[in-house]
Amino acid sequence: MADNNVVLMQGNEACVEGALIAGMKFYAGYPITPSTEIAEISASKLPKIGGKFIQMEDEIASISAVIGASLAGNKAMTATSGPGFSLKQEGIGYAIIAEVPCVIVNVQRGGPSTGLPTSPAQGDIMQARWGTHGEHSIIALCPSTVKEVLDVTIRAFNLSEKYRTPVIILMDEVVGHMREKVELPNPSKIEIYNRKKPTSSPDDYMPYKVKDGDIVPEMPSIGEGYRYHVTGLVHDEYGFPTNDSSIAEKLITRLVEKIESNLDDIVEYEEYRLADADEAIIAYGSTARSAKSAINLLREKGRKIGLFRPITIWPSPKQQIEILAKKVKRISVIEMNLGQYYLEIDRIAGKYTNVTKYGSVNGELISPDEIISFIEED
Amino acid sequence: MKEIKNDKLIIEKNLCKGCGICVAFCPKNVLEIKDKKVSIRDLDSCIQCGLCELRCPDYAIYLGGK
Amino acid sequence: MVSKLIDKYYRTDRLPHIWCTGCGNGIVLRSIVKAIDNLGLNKDDICVVSGIGCSSRASGYLDFNTVHTTHGRALAFATGIKFSNPNLHVIVITGDGDCAAIGGNHLIHAARRNIDITTVVFNNNIYGMTGGQYSPATPTGDKGTTAPYGNIDYNFDLCELAKAAGATYVSRSTIYAANMIIKQVEEGIKNKGFSFIETLTICPTYYGRKNSKGNAVDMVTHLKDSAVNISAYEKLSEEEKANRIPIGELYKRNRPEYTEKYESMMKLF
Repeated sequence: MADNNVVLMQGNEACVEGALIAGMKFYAGYPITPSTEIAEISASKLPKIGGKFIQMEDEIASISAVIGASLAGNKAMTATSGPGFSLKQEGIGYAIIAEVPCVIVNVQRGGPSTGLPTSPAQGDIMQARWGTHGEHSIIALCPSTVKEVLDVTIRAFNLSEKYRTPVIILMDEVVGHMREKVELPNPSKIEIYNRKKPTSSPDDYMPYKVKDGDIVPEMPSIGEGYRYHVTGLVHDEYGFPTNDSSIAEKLITRLVEKIESNLDDIVEYEEYRLADADEAIIAYGSTARSAKSAINLLREKGRKIGLFRPITIWPSPKQQIEILAKKVKRISVIEMNLGQYYLEIDRIAGKYTNVTKYGSVNGELISPDEIISFIEED
Repeated sequence: MKEIKNDKLIIEKNLCKGCGICVAFCPKNVLEIKDKKVSIRDLDSCIQCGLCELRCPDYAIYLGGK
Repeated sequence: MVSKLIDKYYRTDRLPHIWCTGCGNGIVLRSIVKAIDNLGLNKDDICVVSGIGCSSRASGYLDFNTVHTTHGRALAFATGIKFSNPNLHVIVITGDGDCAAIGGNHLIHAARRNIDITTVVFNNNIYGMTGGQYSPATPTGDKGTTAPYGNIDYNFDLCELAKAAGATYVSRSTIYAANMIIKQVEEGIKNKGFSFIETLTICPTYYGRKNSKGNAVDMVTHLKDSAVNISAYEKLSEEEKANRIPIGELYKRNRPEYTEKYESMMKLF
C-alpha cells in the first residue's frame, strides 16, 4: 500500500481498519445502532484475511465468544452501543479477573435505555469505569476524529495484549458515523504488540504467576499443550479457585495496580493552545471538536483559553490535570451528559482551581456557540 | 490407606464419602459400609464386573489387575 | 492412589472433589473421561468449558484445557473457542439451571448453528450450589427453597428443546446407566455438529431432602426403575408412559456443521 494512501472513511469503518492492522482475527457481535457498521465491515473483511466473524444471539454471547476466541489465541473484538454495553458488563469483569485481552467498542448513543438511538451522547463514561461489579481498574480510550479512531483501535489492541485486560473504546454516534479524510498508515510501520508466550515448559508453567520484570503472566493459547485452568473465581497462581483472603487481596490488587501504576505508558492526551492559557476547557470525543472552534473564537476575543483533551479517559490523566489545575484559574468540563467526567476532574483539580461544567442530553452535538456563551457567562 | 492388599478390588478410603451406591448395586454383595466408608465383605464373590467403579462418584473403589 | 483412568485424566491433587456425599456428578464426569479415553483423544486438543453451579466445578478437576466461565454462558464461550479453532474437541459441562434457565438463549442458538460442541447436562433437577432452589427442570409440584409450596412451573423437556432448536445428536441417560453415558458421549464427540447429552443425576442434599426422595441409593434406584429405553418406551401406552423416562439415543440427523460451512466460505477468497 502506498505510504500516502488517503481515503474518505467512516469512523466505524476506521475502527475495523485499525483492528485489522492490529491483528484482529475474530469478531463476535450483535447489531445495534450506531455501531452496526463495525459488525458489517468485519463480516465482509475478516474471512478474506483468514479471520472469522460471527453474529451471536445477544451481546452477552458476543463478549463471551470474544473471550473464548482470545483464550484460543486470537485478537478479538466486539462493538456495541449503550444497551449492549450494559449487557456486556459481567463478561468484561470476567475478562478482567481472568486477564483475557479483548477490545470492546461502545459507540455511545442517547440514553438511558433505548434513549436516542441515532443521536450522539457521552453518557456511558462512568459505566465504562464502574459498569462491571467488584473492585477493578479498566482502560478506556476515546477518539475524536476518524483517523484517531483507527489509531486508538490499534492502541486498544496493543494495550489489551500488553496488560492482558479488556480495553474499551468510547466513541459516540458522530465519531462513528461521520466521514473524514484518512491517511492510511503503512501497516509494516506500525508497532504491534502480542501477548507474551510462556518461556517455561508446560510442567512448570504457572498460568497466573508474574515473572520478575513482567507486568502480567505469560499466556499460551488453548491447544498449545499448557492445559491450564481459567476461571472467574478468585484464583491462585496455578489458576485454581481459592477463598484464601491473602491470595484474593494479592490478586485483585495486582489486577488494579498493573494499570494504575503504568499511567505513563497508558495515558494519552492532547493539549491545544494551552501553553499560555490562564483558563482551560476539558472535553473529549466529538465535543472536543466544538471546543477547539470555541477556543479559536474566544482567542480572537483576547481570552487566553486552551483545551486539554484526554484520549485515555480511564485511567484518567491525573498528573497532567493536576499540573493544569495549578496553572489556570478555571477549568470548564464540557460533555454530552450532565457532569460525569466532571466528577473525576473536580476530584483531581477542585482543590487547586475553579472547576465548572456544561453538559447537554438533548441528543445534539454541543456547538461552539453554546460553549462560548457558557465560558463568557462568568 | 488400603484395607486389603489385593489387586482384585482396590478401595481408597480417604476418598470415599460413604454414599453406599456401590454397596447397593453390587450384583454379588461383595461390599458393605463400615464407619461410613465402603469396605470389602466378601472378596471371593467379586467377579470384577466393575459396576462399583462405574458408579462411584468419588473414585474411591476400582478394579485392580485382571 | 486412584485408578489408572482417573490418574491419567484428572488433576488428582484437586481430589477429593467438592460434591456432596451421594451427588451423582462424579459418576457423570468419570463417564465423560472414559469416553474420551475410549476415543483415544489427545489431551491437548480437548477444551472443557463449564458454566456456574455444582456441575460446572467439574472443569477444574480435569487435566485438559479448562475454562470455568460465567453462569449460563459456557456455550457462548465455547462457540468462540470452537469457531476460532475448529481442531479442538470442545466439550461443555453445564447444569440444568445453567443451560436451560440463564443459559437458555445460548443453548438454542448453539444448537441452531449446529456448531460441533458436545454439551453434557448434569441434570439434578435443582440449583444445588445456591442451596436448593427449583430449576426449569424441576418437575411440576416438586419443592425447592423457592417453591416451598410446590413448583407451579412446567419444566422443560431439555432433549426436545435441543432437538427442536437444531441439535444433530440428542440423547439422555442416567447415572445408574453410566455405561450408556459413556457410549453417548463417544457418539456426541464423534458427531460433527451440536451434540446434546442429558444425564439424569441426583442431588440427595437438596432435591432429595426437600422432596423426601430418600438417600442416594433410593434416588439411584428411582432412576433405575423409571428409565426405559426409547425403543421400549415408544411401545408403552400413554398412561404407562406417565412416570417413565425415555433414555438412549433419542435423535440423530446429518446437517452441515457450522465451522465447516464458514471455512468453505473462506475458501472463496
